[in-house]
Parts: sequence; C-alpha cells; structure tokens
Amino acid sequence: MTQAVTGTRGRSVQRPRTRAARRRRDRLRNLGFLSPWLAGTGLFFLYPLLATGYFSFTHYDGFTTPRWTGLRNWVFVTHDYPFFWPAMRNTLWLVLVVVTLRVVFGLAVAMLVLRLKRGGGLVRTLYYAPYLAPPVAATIAFVFLLNPGTGPVNVVLGHLGLPQPGWFNDPTWSKPSLTLLALWGVGDLMVIFMASLLNVPREQYEAASLDGAGALGRFRFVTVPHIRPILVFAAITGVIETMQYYTQPLIAGQVASGQIGGSGQQTEPGYPDGSTLTLPQLVYNLGFQRFDIGAACVIALVLFAFSMLFAAVLLRRGTGLLGED
Amino acid sequence: MATIAPGATAGDVTEAPSAPGPGSVRRREILEWIGVHTLAVTALLFFVLPFVFVLLTSVMSDQQTLTTDLWPRTWEWHNFVDVWHTAGFATWWRNTIVYATAGTLLTLVSSIPVAYALAHFRFRGRNLAMMVVVATMMLPPQVVIVPMYLFWAKQLHLSGTLWPLIIPLAFGDAFSIFLLRQFLLTVPKEYVEAAKVDGCGDLRALIRVVLPMSRPAIAAVALFQFFYLWNDYFGPQIYTSENPAAWTLSYGLGSFKSAHHTDWNLTMAATLLVMAPVIVVFFLAQKAFIEGVTLTGVKG
Repeated sequence: MTQAVTGTRGRSVQRPRTRAARRRRDRLRNLGFLSPWLAGTGLFFLYPLLATGYFSFTHYDGFTTPRWTGLRNWVFVTHDYPFFWPAMRNTLWLVLVVVTLRVVFGLAVAMLVLRLKRGGGLVRTLYYAPYLAPPVAATIAFVFLLNPGTGPVNVVLGHLGLPQPGWFNDPTWSKPSLTLLALWGVGDLMVIFMASLLNVPREQYEAASLDGAGALGRFRFVTVPHIRPILVFAAITGVIETMQYYTQPLIAGQVASGQIGGSGQQTEPGYPDGSTLTLPQLVYNLGFQRFDIGAACVIALVLFAFSMLFAAVLLRRGTGLLGED
Repeated sequence: MATIAPGATAGDVTEAPSAPGPGSVRRREILEWIGVHTLAVTALLFFVLPFVFVLLTSVMSDQQTLTTDLWPRTWEWHNFVDVWHTAGFATWWRNTIVYATAGTLLTLVSSIPVAYALAHFRFRGRNLAMMVVVATMMLPPQVVIVPMYLFWAKQLHLSGTLWPLIIPLAFGDAFSIFLLRQFLLTVPKEYVEAAKVDGCGDLRALIRVVLPMSRPAIAAVALFQFFYLWNDYFGPQIYTSENPAAWTLSYGLGSFKSAHHTDWNLTMAATLLVMAPVIVVFFLAQKAFIEGVTLTGVKG
C-alpha cells in the first residue's frame, strides 16, 4: 500500500493510460455494479408490465392461449363488473379520510411527545410499537376488539350507555373501523414529523412570540411553513399506500364475515356489502378466483396509472427524493 | 439529520410569551402541564390498550371467551402451547424465518452495489435509473402479479414454494436501494478517493471503506426488509396458498381464524405469537430502526 501511495509502479500497471480506455473501464464498472438490478428491472418490472398491458386486451383464463378481444375487458370492468366502482369510491373515501387523519393525528402525536419533559423516550416507543404489528395480526386483533358481540370496545361503550356500532360488520362503520386501525399504526409518521419539528429554528418561535403571536399563530406561521415539505411527502406517500391497501381490508372482511356466517368459506370480497373493497383485491378476485386474467390486467393497469401519477407528483414536488449530491 | 431527543427541546417553545404577572404564569404552566399529560395518557391508552385486551383474551378459557368479560377468571397460559401445536404453526414459523432471513441477506448483497453506483458514480441515465427505482418502489405488487405468477407457476413450476418470493430479491429491492443511496450520498467522496489512491479498486473501496461507515443505514435497511418480509401477506398468498407446508405466519394466521372461528382466545394467542418477535426485535434495535424511518422522509 505504501508503495502505491509513494511510487507509480503499482498504479501504472492497472490504471488505464488513455482517457478513452478509462471511460471504457468506468462503463464496465458501472454495468457491473448495476447489472443485478438491470436484470431484475427487466425481468420483474418491464416484462410483466408489458405482458399485463397485452393481456388486458385479450380473453385469457391462464390455460388456453390468449385471444385478442380489443377493449372488451375494459368495457366489462367499467360497465358490468359489480366491484369496480365500489372499489374506486372506497379508495377515494380512504384517500380523503384516512390519509388526512393520519397526517393530522401523526403531527399532533409528534408535537405531544416533544412537549413531554420526562419519559418522552418511553412514550415514543410505546406510541410507535403498533406500527410494527404485522398487518394480518393487527387486523384480526381489531376485528376482535370491535366485534359487536363480545368485543371489549362495545362492552365498554355499553357500560357507558353509549351506542354500540356494528364496526366491521356494518357497511357504514367498516371504513371508519379501518381508519381506527390505520391511526393505531401512525408511528411511522410520528417519527418523521418529530425529526422535522426539531429542525425548526428556535429563534423564529421567540421572534414570533415577541411579535405577539399566540400558540396558534406560532404553529401556523412558523411550524407549518417549515415542515410543509414533510407534510406533503407524508400526504402523497399516504395516497400511494392507499392505492396498495390490500391486507387489512381483505382480512377484516374475511374474519368479520366468518363471525356472522359461522364458516370460513370463500365469501364475496369486500364484506360487508362491498364496503371494504379496494382495487388490489379486485386483481386477486378476477385473476386468481375467477380466472379472468384479461379483466384482472385492466384493474392492474388502472392501479399502475394512479400509482405512477402520484409518484410523479411526489418527484415533481421535489421533497429531495432525487436529491443530487 | 436531527437526532430525536424527546423532552430535551421544543417543550418550552410555547410557554408564556409575555409575562403579565408571576402568579398567572405559574397557573398557566400548571394548566398546560395538566392538558399535555391528559392528552398523552389518553393517546397512550389508545396505543397500548389493544395489546392489553388481546393479551387478556388470549389466556381466557374457551367458555369465558364467549362471554363479555374483560378480565380472565382463570389464566390459561397453555393456550399458547395449544396454538403452537396446532397443525402447521411451527412449520409456518420456520418458513417465515427462512423467508425473512434469506430474503434480507439477498436484498443487502444485491442492493448495496446498486445503491453505491447510483450515489457515487457519474454516468448517463443515472437520473432515469433513480426514477425507475422510485417508480418500482411505489408500484403496487398487484400490477405485475398476473404475468409474474404465470411465469413462476407455468414456466418454472415453482408455485407452492417460497422460491418465487426469495429469488427476485437477489436482483435488488427498490426500497432498499433507495434508502441506502440516500445514506451513501452523505458519505464524503474523499474517503473513497483516498482508498483508491491506496490502490483499492471500486469494489474494495466499497467493502473496506464505505460499508463500515454505513453500518447504521445497513442495519436500518436490514430491519425494514426483515419486517416487510415477516409481515408480507400478498406474496405468500399468491405463491404458497396451494401448499400449507410452505405457508408463512402471516398467511397461516389469516387462515387460522377461519378454522377456529369462535375461539377468540386461541386466535388472540396466535396473533400475539405472530406479533411478538417483531416487537422484541424492535425493542432490541430501536435506535437503528427509528433512524431508518427518519431516513425515508427527511431530506431537504
């Protein structure tokens, strides 16, 4: 090593002499580092994406060869498939309510933890823990906690003389129940917000106070402008996560319907009454239960379009996602 | 990136801006203290009580689980043992550990060089490559699942095994690449240059110099990926549902309730057994984890 630093002997052997040679070597090196990912992107992203696009115009059951049918699957999905529009409406509901409430609640909890002078570390840990609960386990736990028969929540509500909703078994309460579950796992946002709240310069709060701003004024004119990029980031990633919302509504519907029907057989998706349908569930229902691969691929493309739209918004808003060095 | 030290700062931010009189300041402080702590305790109940009720129910007897009692009359700890001996539970456990561990290791080995190249090499198309990384990161898995399933099941006859879930991780994972790159951007180029002057190649510089400096980020990415794979439901559902011997905990738990539809006590015991390892790992590796979460969002 010392030899390489002091003399040029060792280096001149392996280092290319000319510029062109060095560039060629760099290119090979780049390719070497990137090759697993390039292969993976082709095999697990580009190829299946193109295939999905192709299948969406065919009649295909997964066994016989695909037959070109033009736009027939698209017409079927938007006109005759009973689950498509409910799933779209549910997604809109979840985007408006769950994403908003998660951002608001996450921020409130983050500010609350930062106000604690003692025990903040422990409190943060306990607030954060539910975020880690595996979605299947957390969902089953919530279906139990909220079950109308013996669930602790309704037992307590009954003792207090309050109304006892049907929660996951009632079409008007199933999405609010999923919302509670999503708020229970708000820990990820809490931690991100805490970090960005601590980055707000203290002097500005003091300056605002001297200018006569109250607590609300300081929040509005100092806190919010400073953490706005993070709020935007949280909102957009929240929308993207909602597009992928699958495990919780599926498990909630399955477990809650078993509660009533008494058997765990394959039920219609979206129990109760289509109120927990989301787009990813439709891909499963069409492609893997009805073997209508063409129609499943139509839904997949709709999902793709929405996800990429919001991903583009996220990149455009420049929350530092592609930050240059 | 800011380190989080709750309680150390921001607490006094909104305290009495102008002091009208010492008595009223004191009163305001007390009222505020009461308000903050009431809210904190309420929130604590919201976050912790679900765990408590799940635990209390998991040790109830079969008869009591059908009642509206909240407190167990007898503590039937053997429920956990019973669940463990239920058909498949130990198998699901083993499969999950294999899937999560092998998957995490493969992810790291395949993603680190890519992240390093995207952070430190200059080449045409680098921005495009980053955009593709972000796009695939945001992509719902359902978008490509139909052709992928046909590929694994019909071409390679690997459905009913965990291979279709593990093999793709050897080709880089978008989210891990993204997180690692965000961190590697902060590693000064001078260190790499110095290593090169000492005669290291790019790969050696990465392994000898950059990786030791990146331990916290790698730990965070490993934890994220481990948890993601541990919790994954959709992948195992698609590829392993036909073969219970290949089920993972998440998928098995989903089917558990169907088989024991009235036994909330056993279901809750199973639920806790699936939650426990994740929570334990979190308490052990909390710092790395929370730094990682911060890494995802806080930049610029």
